Amino acid sequence: MEKTAKPKSRLCTHCNEKRAALKRPKTLEQICRECFYTVFEDEIHRVIVDNQLFKPGERIAIGASGGKDSTVLAYVMSELNRRHNYGLDLFLLSVDEGITGYRDDSLETVKRNEIQYGLPLKVVSYSELYGWTMDEIVKLIGLKNNCTFCGVFRRQALDRGAALLKVDKLVTGHNADDIAETVLLNILRGDIARLGRCTSIITGEDGPIPRCKPFKYTYEKEIVMYAYFKKLDYFSTECIYSPNAYRGFAREFIKDLERMRPRAILDIIKSGEDFRISTSTKMPEQGICERCGYISSQKWCKACVLLEGLNRGLPKLGIGRSRGINSEHNTNTKQANGTLSLQSKQCGSLDF
Amino acid sequence: MQLTLEFGGGLELLCDSVKSHNINVDPQDGEEQLTMKNLLSWVRANVIKERPEMFMKGDSVRPGVLVLVNDTDWELSGQLETVLEEKDNVVFISTLHGG
Repeated sequence: MEKTAKPKSRLCTHCNEKRAALKRPKTLEQICRECFYTVFEDEIHRVIVDNQLFKPGERIAIGASGGKDSTVLAYVMSELNRRHNYGLDLFLLSVDEGITGYRDDSLETVKRNEIQYGLPLKVVSYSELYGWTMDEIVKLIGLKNNCTFCGVFRRQALDRGAALLKVDKLVTGHNADDIAETVLLNILRGDIARLGRCTSIITGEDGPIPRCKPFKYTYEKEIVMYAYFKKLDYFSTECIYSPNAYRGFAREFIKDLERMRPRAILDIIKSGEDFRISTSTKMPEQGICERCGYISSQKWCKACVLLEGLNRGLPKLGIGRSRGINSEHNTNTKQANGTLSLQSKQCGSLDF
Repeated sequence: MQLTLEFGGGLELLCDSVKSHNINVDPQDGEEQLTMKNLLSWVRANVIKERPEMFMKGDSVRPGVLVLVNDTDWELSGQLETVLEEKDNVVFISTLHGG
């Protein structure tokens, strides 16, 4: 099966010895496999060091879905931790949303990663945290707004799992393409609060468990190439409940731009970083949910509102403009706090 | 001409969940060579069973689908103009699925 590359292909611009294996979207350099591994890993190491993402001795949870990004993240993090003596205790943290035929399969991948990379795995499930699986929620509410429930619940589930593991930080596999896409979506929604947050490499430093994104500047193409060349074991099926229409458009737009000018992805992130929020824009105030103690800008956090709706047989509670528990508090901050934007939020997995 | 095709990253779902295909395809009438452009339209007609729009856009692959010819990024061999030879191995990987 091993065949040599096409005669047209040229030598690696780094080592000038081996045949180039890919064109880097970030720099347009042609580079061989070995030099690619080196620059890919070194760039992530530089991002970690320059942004002081970790301190020696910290316990770090890697949010692991079994997909390409988190699989490569788990592999690279354990590699760099060893190579550069970060002194970190790494864990895999997965959320079981209770989606038959999707999450049960991808969790099998994470369980294999646990063994392959020697990282302890913790799985938290919606059914144990909330008393509802996504299968049950979809049975009740259908395929409209289900991603809202899933996204809100996942965010909290990761925090709860991180607390159970007693970790100092949570790292996620969000890549440069994801962040560029989120910048665009937040602009399209006029969601200024999220626009300001979504490009930060570390978020939630004031909360119990900060989150960070070591792949903030890493192109999806390179993550997939890395996984392919290294033969990493990952799971790739779209969630069976995700219509993903709105985000899908933004994603496709980004990919079209990338084909014409790959730098566009980094430039959109740069634009997102450099936006200044006018002082007249009302920002939501961070408080604590009166019911469960989770961070919330409202009386009750979003998960508690959604859960109350499910348990009372009023699943529309907390979706869109419904008048519910928090309505008396909503009037001032409605534009900025995401009550409206949640309605159109598709798969929440990218929104923490 | 014998070629091996591999589909990954979720694209295999478009061809009955079969990842690896051994195919036999010849240059079109009057043409000397088989290019990636020819191969793509052949694959679309003969291998892809559903949702071809997930695989192709216009006469190329959908942006976000990576292509490797003999384990080399097709962006280095001329993309649609890449000329295929006997026993070449062509890999298609979607980057669009899940995280």
